[in-house]
Amino acid sequence: MSAKVTVEDVERVAELANLELTPGETESMLHDLNAILEHVAQLNELDTSGVEPLAQVSELKGAGGTSLRRPDERQASLDRAAVMREAPETDQVFFKVPKVIER
Amino acid sequence: MSSETKSIESYVEKPRTLAELREGIASGAVKAADLAASYYDRIAKVNPRLNVYLSLTRERAMEQAARVDEAAAKGAPLGPLAGIPVGIKDVLVMKGAPATAGSKILEGYHPPYDATSVTKLEAAGAVLLGKINCDEFAMGSSNENSAYGPVRNPVDTERVPGGSSGGSAAAVAANMAVATLGTDTGGSIRQPASFCGVVGVLPTYGRVSRYGLIAFASSLDRVGPFAANVRDAATLLGVIAGHDAKDATSSPAPVPDYAAESDKPVEGLRIGVPAEYFGEGLDPEVRAAIEQGIASLKAAGCTVKPISLPHTRYAIPTYYLVATAEASANLARFDGVRYGYRSPASETLAAMYRHSRDEGFGAEVKRRILLGTYALSAGYYDAYYLKAQQVRRLLADEFLRAFVDVDAIVTPTAPMPAFKLGEKTGDPLAMYLADIYTVTASLAGICGVTVPCGATKAGLPVGMQVLAAHLNEGTAFRVARAVEATCGGANSC
Repeated sequence: MSAKVTVEDVERVAELANLELTPGETESMLHDLNAILEHVAQLNELDTSGVEPLAQVSELKGAGGTSLRRPDERQASLDRAAVMREAPETDQVFFKVPKVIER
Repeated sequence: MSSETKSIESYVEKPRTLAELREGIASGAVKAADLAASYYDRIAKVNPRLNVYLSLTRERAMEQAARVDEAAAKGAPLGPLAGIPVGIKDVLVMKGAPATAGSKILEGYHPPYDATSVTKLEAAGAVLLGKINCDEFAMGSSNENSAYGPVRNPVDTERVPGGSSGGSAAAVAANMAVATLGTDTGGSIRQPASFCGVVGVLPTYGRVSRYGLIAFASSLDRVGPFAANVRDAATLLGVIAGHDAKDATSSPAPVPDYAAESDKPVEGLRIGVPAEYFGEGLDPEVRAAIEQGIASLKAAGCTVKPISLPHTRYAIPTYYLVATAEASANLARFDGVRYGYRSPASETLAAMYRHSRDEGFGAEVKRRILLGTYALSAGYYDAYYLKAQQVRRLLADEFLRAFVDVDAIVTPTAPMPAFKLGEKTGDPLAMYLADIYTVTASLAGICGVTVPCGATKAGLPVGMQVLAAHLNEGTAFRVARAVEATCGGANSC
C-alpha cells in the first residue's frame, strides 16, 4: 500500500478521470498524492481480515434503516425545455456534442 | 492591553432569536417584508468585505415575505419559520437561481428544481435570501477553494471562516441571515461553526433528504442547519428532517420536536470524554476552553466518564479514501454536455470532456478526483478502497459500543481556532488534519451538534462537539443547550 506513485501513474489516472493536466500540475499532483498516500499507509497497521466492509451506514443497528421503496408508478419528469435551456448546445430535443468517431 | 495588540476588523452581530422574531411577525409588530429588506441592506453593507453571498434571490424572498405578512394580517396559522430570513449554501439547488457549488464548471447554471430542504423551509414560512459561498464542491476546510474567492471570518477578517460551509457559518456570525443551511461530509458544518462562534448541526445520515444537494460523497453527505443558538438550530432541523421518496437513503423514522427536546434538563446524562481527542496537536487554549465546558456539564448534574475510541487516529486516512473514491464517481457527471461550462472549440467529444473538466475544476477538486480514481483503479482497489471500508466498520462499531455506556460524547470540534488566510493552502495534508475530530462521526453516520464553548485569549471562538448515537439528535441538543447556558458567550465560561 505504500508504493510510490510515479509520473506515469498520475498520467494514467488523469486519463481514467478525463482530466488533462499540464506538466506543472502533474508534478504537484505527484508530490501531493505521494504525501497523502504515505499518510494513508498507516491503515496497514490494522488487521482487518474478516471485517465486513461498510459501504452504507443505514444498515447499522439503530441507524434508522431505509427499507422503504416507492411504488413503481409513472411520474412527471423535469420539463424538457427548462432542462435544454441550461445546456451548452442543443437542438431543443437532444444535447449536441462534438463528433464522437473520427471518419 | 499589550502594545502588540492589533486592531481586529470584526463584523460580529448576533441575530435576534426565532422566538422573538416569530412573535413579532405573528403580532404584526415586525413585517416579514421589512425584515427581509433590512437583511438585504445588511448584506449590501458587509458582503463586499466578507464575500458570503454569491447570488441573491430577492424577488422570490420578497414574494414569500408578502405571503407571510398577508397570512399574519389575516390571523391565519403561521409556519414555524414564518418570515425568518435564511441563507442557502450554494451546493443546494433553488429553482431558477444560479447554482455554482463554488466551481467555475457550473458557472451560469440555473437548476430547474428545488432541493427538498429548500421546499421544506419555504413550506414552513422561511424567506430564502440567496446562495452562499463555499469550498468548491464542498471540498475544503477553509473556504479558500471557492472559485469565487474566499469568505472572511466575521470575528477576524484576516482569518478563514472554516469550510466547506464557511459562508453559511459566517452569515450567521455576521447577522447576514438568522439561520442558514450547510452541508457536512467530513466536518463541513461543524468546523466552520466552531471557527465563527455559531451553532452547527450534523444530523444523522439519512435524517435530512439529500435530494437537490450537488453530491460530493454520497455515503457521507448530510444537510444541516446553522443558527446563533441551540434552540433555533433544533427548530430548523425539525423543519428539514424527515423521509423523502426522492432520496432512497432518507430515514423513515419519525421526527421528534427537537426544540422541546433541547429544553429538557441534562441532569443524570452520562457524558463520555474520549482521551484520543485530547492528545498531541490540540491547541492548549482550545483544550482549556473545552475542559471548562466539561466542568460546566458536571456542575449541571451530568456524569462525566473517560472513554477510549482507539481507532480515532485511522479516521483521516479512511475518510480521505472513502470520500475521494465516491467523489471521483460523483464528479464524472460534470463533462460539459448537459449543464455548466463547456470548453470552446474541441474537435472531438473526448477532448471536449477533458478540456471542460481541466478548465472548470480547481486544484483541490482535481487532487481529490485523482486520489479517488487511483484508490478505485485496478490493482489498488483492495489495498485502498476496500481496506478503508473495513476500517470504517471498525470506527462505526467502536461508536456503537461506546454509546451503550454513555448518552453523549464531547470533544473539541477542531484542534485549533480559526487560522489565518493562506496559512495552510500550500499543504493539502495539513489542511486535511483540520478535520481530525469531525471525520469520525461522518464515517459512523452518527449525529452531533457543535456549540460555542468559550474563546481563546485573542477572542477566537472555540466550539465543543457533542456527539450522540444515530437518531439521538435530541440528546445532543440538550447537552449543547447546557454548555451554551454557561459557556456560550465569548469569554463567559
